[in-house]
Amino acid sequence: MSLTPEQVQQVAHLARLELNAEMVPTYAQQISNILAMVDQLSAADTQGVSPMAHPLGLTQRLRPDVVTEPNRREAYQAHAPAVEDGLFLVPKVIE
Amino acid sequence: MSSIPAGWEAVIGLEVHCQLLTKTKIFSGASTTYGAEPNTQADAVTLGLPGVLPVLNREAVTMAVKFGLSVDAKIAETCVFARKHYFYPDLPKGYQISQYELPIVEQGHLDIEVDGVAKRIGITRAHLEEDAGKSLHDAFPGFTGIDLNRAGTPLIEIVSEPDIRNSAEAVAYLKKLHQLVVALGVCDGNMQEGSFRCDANVSVRKPGAPFGTRTETKNINSFRYVQQAIDYEIERQIEVIEAGGKINQETRLFNPDTGETRAMRSKENANDYRYFPDPDLLPVVVTAADQERIRASMPELPAAKKARFESQYGLSAYDANLLTSESALADYYETVVKVSGAEAKTCANWVTGDLLAALNKSGKAIEDSPISATQLAGLVARIADKTISGKIAKDVFEAMLAGEGDADAIIKAKGLVQITDEGAIAAAIDAIIAGNPQQVADYRGGKDKLFGFFVGQAMKATQGKANPEALNRILKEKLAG
Repeated sequence: MSLTPEQVQQVAHLARLELNAEMVPTYAQQISNILAMVDQLSAADTQGVSPMAHPLGLTQRLRPDVVTEPNRREAYQAHAPAVEDGLFLVPKVIE
Repeated sequence: MSSIPAGWEAVIGLEVHCQLLTKTKIFSGASTTYGAEPNTQADAVTLGLPGVLPVLNREAVTMAVKFGLSVDAKIAETCVFARKHYFYPDLPKGYQISQYELPIVEQGHLDIEVDGVAKRIGITRAHLEEDAGKSLHDAFPGFTGIDLNRAGTPLIEIVSEPDIRNSAEAVAYLKKLHQLVVALGVCDGNMQEGSFRCDANVSVRKPGAPFGTRTETKNINSFRYVQQAIDYEIERQIEVIEAGGKINQETRLFNPDTGETRAMRSKENANDYRYFPDPDLLPVVVTAADQERIRASMPELPAAKKARFESQYGLSAYDANLLTSESALADYYETVVKVSGAEAKTCANWVTGDLLAALNKSGKAIEDSPISATQLAGLVARIADKTISGKIAKDVFEAMLAGEGDADAIIKAKGLVQITDEGAIAAAIDAIIAGNPQQVADYRGGKDKLFGFFVGQAMKATQGKANPEALNRILKEKLAG
């Protein structure tokens, strides 16, 4: 399977990556190669094999429902570009 | 509630986001208390800072399992968290941790009743996920303010089958669901604060035709708005189609001021979210033993409680339904019955009648009732042992409401003890008969209606304290001559 330039741009947009037009053919080729490898994997007979959600054969450990994290707003907001009244400010989001 | 025009059918499915009542977030030990100063409960995990890892809250899993068991659903032995990718400033990581292919709860159902007709609504699934933060769009010119305290709060998203056919069924389903999660203690049910919010998927079709294109109206936060939004959407879609138009698959917003919905943005295709299993989280296993342990810790559910109230107390379906609508109310009622030792039906009448009316009038919840269950029991006990009549009890109730003390103290202070001494009642009646010869003659001449006049006079003479049964009986005897 090979990707069209439009598909490359679409995927880049979803990941919020900006691509120069001259980069597109390179990425189209590289992603197509990755997909070819996936096709190869897909060809393997997996009947009777349950899908694996994680490579480790372990299960999730659970945490008790106890507050452990104090308020560290000042430290966390020290490197934010804009803060006011305790809020992070971001460029206006229009709905 | 508007009705659906003949020849049309609506198909409705609801997605309910229900905040779980845990103390901490789903993947970190930051507090989830509502109303804290902005970003004071946003820890490193919530902020999505580099290098942090999510650690799952056991209580969130337990609560999701409780919900699943309460709707007779299948609890997945193994469930998996997935990343759902989209960009919005209230989602710092650029993805929401949710569940996709293997949710924790699948294939449940909830039974509702509309106008006495029972109906079963399927629950497709319920999955665990994290809530997003809050955006404030209007406070700062050119900027949006972001508060991430809510981000990471555990949610269960409960997805119904498209089994609902009109807004009345939708509201009945939501109320039932709301009652259930509150009774289970997994959600505080506060719709105003967004603890329980609903998205409505609505489409219309000719009966028997394939499903029409659906729209999704987001974040509706009251039962009435849900009804309005669905009614509006059904009417709008039928109008569009009848005018030869097509319905766009889109997300819409409900405006409570106008009762209308408007298009928000065209829904991104499902695969644009690029779901994949979250490599930071391992599969979650809930064993059969875990399930049984959790089941054993669950409170009596509203449906079971209602059935018990009917059989144990001999209440009507209506009373049982009303009294079990909130667990605090049910507890109140059971305390009144137990402490007063009076007839269960009399207790039900006082709770559903005078007490609820008084609470409604003052806008108070049962938890804040000015008359405690034990106090009301004290009043009902005095009616049962005939210390006071039901009529006098109303006055005592008003006095209790006004904070004048317990029933016994009020009865004593106001001298309200019922007159059961038949000699005293007979003496009062004799005086009335002697004083109203004309009425007595008319009554004896066949004017039966005058009986009420004599009862009124006798009650007046005894300041309402005469035992009504004794008074009626003696009056009848004496008037018969």
